[in-house]
Amino acid sequence: MTSALGTRFFEMGGDAAFVWPAYGVAALMLVAFALLSWRRLRAAERALERVAESDPAMSDDA
Amino acid sequence: MATGFNLHRFANPGRFLRLAGAVLPWLTAGAAILFVVGIYFALIGSPPDYQQGDTVRIMYIHVPSAWMAMMGYGLLGAAGASALIWRHPLADVASEAIAPVGAGFTFVALVTGSLWGKPTWGTYWVWDARLTSFLVLFFLYVGHIALTHAFDDRQRGRRSAAIIAIVGLINLPIIKYSVDWWNTLHQSESILRMDGPTIDASMLRPLFIMIAAFTLHFFAVVMTRMKAMLLEARHRSAAFAR
Repeated sequence: MTSALGTRFFEMGGDAAFVWPAYGVAALMLVAFALLSWRRLRAAERALERVAESDPAMSDDA
Repeated sequence: MATGFNLHRFANPGRFLRLAGAVLPWLTAGAAILFVVGIYFALIGSPPDYQQGDTVRIMYIHVPSAWMAMMGYGLLGAAGASALIWRHPLADVASEAIAPVGAGFTFVALVTGSLWGKPTWGTYWVWDARLTSFLVLFFLYVGHIALTHAFDDRQRGRRSAAIIAIVGLINLPIIKYSVDWWNTLHQSESILRMDGPTIDASMLRPLFIMIAAFTLHFFAVVMTRMKAMLLEARHRSAAFAR
C-alpha cells in the first residue's frame, strides 16, 4: 500500500514529466544561489582574515 | 534627520555589514523552515486541481519565482535611481547583487511556466503579451549584467546599467496588466484582485508559504552577495594600501 502511494506520488497523476522537471529547475537554482553566495562570502572573509593576520591594523571592523 | 526610521543610516557599508551579520542567520533559518513546510503542502498536503490535475503543483514554484523576478527588478530600478541621483554608496553593490538573482528567478518562472503550459494549453510557448513581456524582463536583467561588466571603467558600466534598470521599470506594469490590456493565453490575475483571490484556500496556503520562503531566500542571497562584495572591496583596498 505504501509503495502504491509512493508510485502515485511520483507519477503525479500522469504529469510527472512536467511537475518534476519544474521542481528540479527551481531547486537547482535555489540551491546554487545559496551555495555560491555563501562560498563567495566565506572566500572573502578568509582573504580578509589572512590580511588581518599579516597586518593587525587591518583587523579593525569600521 | 533625528527622529523616525532613517534608511540612510545603513548607507554606511560598515553598518550594513553589521546589520547583515545580525539578520542573515534569521533569514536563512526562516527560509529553510518555510521551504520544508511549503514543499510538504505543495506536493503532499494539497489536493490536485479539478481541471489541471497535479500540474497545479507547478504553480507553487512558478508564481513565487515570477513575483521574485518582478520584485527584484523593482529593487534593481530603485537601486539604479539611488546610485544615479543620490550616489548612495551601497546602491551599485545592491544592483550587482540583485541582477543575477533576479535573472535566475525570471529564468525559473519562464521554464516552470513553459512546463505548466504544455499539458494545460498544449504548447510550451506562445508569443502572447504576458509571456513576451516576461521574456523581455529576462533580457533586461541579462542586459544589466552585461553592461555592468562591459567597460574597463567599472563606474561607467555601473552608470549605464543603472540607466537600463530605470528605463526597464516601464516593463513591470506592462507585465502586471498585460493579461487585462491584451487578449492573452495566460490567465488573468487570480491572487491580487480587488474582489479577493479566486483560488481555493487549500491551494492558497502552500502558495503563500512558498512565496514567503522564496522572499526570505531572495533577501538572504542578495544580502550574502552584498556582504561578500563589500568584504572583497575592503580586501582590495587593503591589498592596494600594502
